[in-house]
Amino acid sequence: MPQVSLTVNGRPVKVEVEGRTLLVQVLREKLGLTGTHVGCDTSQCGACVVHVDGKSAKACTLLAAQLEGASVTTIEGVAGADGKMHPMQEAFRDNHGLQCGFCTPGMVMSAIDLAKTNPDASEHEIREWLEGNICRCTGYHNIVKSIQAGSAAMRAAK
Amino acid sequence: MGADGIGVAVRRKEDVRFLTGRGTYTDDIARPGQTYAHILRSGQAHARIRSIDVSKAKAAPGVVAVFTGADMAADGVGGLPCGWLVKNKDGSPMKEPAHPPLVVDRVRHVGDQIAVVIAETRAQAKDAAELVEIDFEPLPAVVDSKDALKTGAPQVHGDAAPGNLCYDWELGDKAAVDAAFAKAHKVAKIDLFNNRLIPNAMEPRAATGDFDPASGDYTLYTTSQNPHVIRLLMGAFVLHIPESKLRVYAPDVGGGFGSKIYHYAEEAIVTWAAGKLKRPVRWTADRSESFMSDAHGRDHHSHAELALDKDGKFLALRVDTTANMGAYLSTFASCIPTYLYATLLAGVYTTPAIYVEVKAVFTNTVPVDAYRGAGRPEATFLLERLVDVAAREMGMDRVEIRRRNFIPTNAFPYQTPVALQYDSGDYFSTLEQAQKAADWAGFEARRAEARKRGKLRGIGISTYLEACGIAPSNIAGALGARAGLYEAATVRVHPTGTVTILTGSHSHGQGHETTFAQVVSETLGIGIDQVEIVHGDTNKIPFGMGTYGSRSLAVGGTAIVKALDKVVSKAKKIAAHLLEASVNDIEFKDGKFTVVGTDKSKTFGEIALTAYVPHNYPLEELEPGLEENAFYDPKNFTFPGGCHIAEVEIDPDTGVTKVVKFTAVDDVGRVINPMIVEGQVQGGVAQGIGQALLENCVYDKDGQLITGSYMDYAMPRADDLPSIGVATHTTLCTHNPLGVKGCGEVGAIGSPPAVINAVVDALKDHGVTHMDMPASPQKVWSVINGAHRKAAE
Repeated sequence: MPQVSLTVNGRPVKVEVEGRTLLVQVLREKLGLTGTHVGCDTSQCGACVVHVDGKSAKACTLLAAQLEGASVTTIEGVAGADGKMHPMQEAFRDNHGLQCGFCTPGMVMSAIDLAKTNPDASEHEIREWLEGNICRCTGYHNIVKSIQAGSAAMRAAK
Repeated sequence: MGADGIGVAVRRKEDVRFLTGRGTYTDDIARPGQTYAHILRSGQAHARIRSIDVSKAKAAPGVVAVFTGADMAADGVGGLPCGWLVKNKDGSPMKEPAHPPLVVDRVRHVGDQIAVVIAETRAQAKDAAELVEIDFEPLPAVVDSKDALKTGAPQVHGDAAPGNLCYDWELGDKAAVDAAFAKAHKVAKIDLFNNRLIPNAMEPRAATGDFDPASGDYTLYTTSQNPHVIRLLMGAFVLHIPESKLRVYAPDVGGGFGSKIYHYAEEAIVTWAAGKLKRPVRWTADRSESFMSDAHGRDHHSHAELALDKDGKFLALRVDTTANMGAYLSTFASCIPTYLYATLLAGVYTTPAIYVEVKAVFTNTVPVDAYRGAGRPEATFLLERLVDVAAREMGMDRVEIRRRNFIPTNAFPYQTPVALQYDSGDYFSTLEQAQKAADWAGFEARRAEARKRGKLRGIGISTYLEACGIAPSNIAGALGARAGLYEAATVRVHPTGTVTILTGSHSHGQGHETTFAQVVSETLGIGIDQVEIVHGDTNKIPFGMGTYGSRSLAVGGTAIVKALDKVVSKAKKIAAHLLEASVNDIEFKDGKFTVVGTDKSKTFGEIALTAYVPHNYPLEELEPGLEENAFYDPKNFTFPGGCHIAEVEIDPDTGVTKVVKFTAVDDVGRVINPMIVEGQVQGGVAQGIGQALLENCVYDKDGQLITGSYMDYAMPRADDLPSIGVATHTTLCTHNPLGVKGCGEVGAIGSPPAVINAVVDALKDHGVTHMDMPASPQKVWSVINGAHRKAAE
């Protein structure tokens, strides 16, 4: 079985995988990082979004075997080393941007990438960016508010 | 109002774990020695199984066991029960065909459970399942409920349900209705289909069964909204395990919306298999598996007629509905189109005579049961569409005809002709507030402006109420419920003054860990960081009925209040002893017990410590400790409601309908946390807009599920929805101490007719008088272009 070496949340990791093993399976089943969720099987819901080499990617649609040398950040790696939440995480809490929490890790990871890519995104641009993140609980109203607040906080922190 | 008390938009305590990826959902839980189960499901809608050969599958790499329905039956496993017995018009009971967890000799819908393959890894289980050999004899299938009632239709359950009829039920006064229709100035009619939906909570269902041979204890970890209900149904009726040997634990659950109420086959399968293998057995649905195994919602055909006098007053309503049950009776399926539907057909109106007939029918489709609103969206859609039709036929303004028929604000308590008695409400205020917030008055100018841009704008309104806070047990029981519908709470005060609340309610997105703590904080005068809300584990919590039907604050919250009352009552006696005063002179306020008229006081914390270190204590009269239980059985349903207004803009070239503005003004009784209430309404409205414009569960005529994944089932995304304006107007519930009515489902109930009324309004110049949901681009475009073609002829 192929071996893959990659970095996850800043730590070097070496895992034995099958050719068909998905990144999300490595994260959840081999590394115990269950914060990244599986919500669908057609790569649409976005509950599995992580960052690969700094950009958001769907962990359900990446084979572990193609990630040799990659740097992966999951939701567990986003808060500070002192445990203080990332400004985007704080913004979601402050604006009630989550209810059941299942889409939330992928939503936050996607939001952080948006804030870096398009810091001044309009409401329309935010909603379009979120086409790959499905939420069944919130109706997205407060997710949009959270992302606007989180983006502003990230800018201010620079 | 304290800093964390009632009415404050307190930020949620549960958010930290969800935001940092530390939630504990069922599939996150690993058990030592675990195996993985894959359910082999039918790819055919209807077939007889001549034989099943599992020998090759059993021999496949990593396979631990393969079980079929025959194995379970031989072990005495029972069928999945239905929790509500509905009677026919003649008093005879409904048909209850067998519902085994794994089929025995017939599959009845695409997705029906045939066998379970258990292996060391998920992949090995899936691979081995492909080696199971089944000899099927295909049978004709039927998917539409009206087709299923026709002579010669394929029979889903043979003699167990002749003609595919589950029951033929009625409610109301037929004679009074007929008499009123005979005198009517006008009769408005509508034929509609309330489209079938798939709940699609973002967390797929999962279940892990575990068995400890040393103690003989079973554990089921499951994505459930009501763990005690599962323990009772599975333990008593399916696996015959006593409650004292069965723990059901529903940890963090990623959304439910009703779809996670039921006792599903997979729960019984993994628990039973764990006992056989003496190893944990884990199952998690793929999304496409969820599509064909989670209970679906809605699917009603209805014909309705409204009789009016010359002034537009409603004289009578008659409704005939055919409701699809799917292939088997799900746990609460039978009560959804009867006691949660027909009883809502007075709505907010004074209609004096109503008669409803409902036929429930089996078809070769996934079982249908409660989905957000459960019967009330169906009733509201029918009523609010019919009222719009009536307004048009009478030449009356849509708002005026509603106002003319509203139950007056001084008419409460109001007894409807369909069993329910409403306690309070003010439909005039929510209407007025909503019209103002939606700028109803300015709409025609916006329609004209849109027309200049080549777009069609419409505005639609729905004035509605619903019945939730389920339910008084004796009434429910008299109507056929096989369970009580009370709620349980334990208030456990610890020696150092912190409090743990054990609640039978279950939070799967509703924020109970925060809102229930707010109620405790307000009552005991302690911060919410001193309060822990525990839910979901039958080992910890007294028997509760769980969360659905917008009952958690109304029933669960009241149980907590009652237990808090007992705690405060006992604490006052302790304080009286310590302060050497009469208990009648003790006042409890802001966390302090004070002798009235003096400054002698004790804090809640001092009382708590005394209760557990009872040295200066009235031991002859009072036991030590400070922990109280309450079980609360509600006196009535609660009746939230309000007014929803949708403004849409249609692009005639593409048929795409955009909701450009949505306004919801709802009366949910007292608001405990306005932020949470807003979130609940927004989420419900999103699902309602989804039903109205996007979502549709489609079967082909052979019973194949065409919308089998997110590729084909249009889930609302962020760019499909507008900002959703939410406001509340409060009339208190008169029969629970919190005055709350519930807010979890109102969004999904009021919104679909508001949207369709707007679409019809936008298309009125194209001869459209009704459109069934979803008002898809294809449907809308066809109507517009059909009309154009006619005009050109």
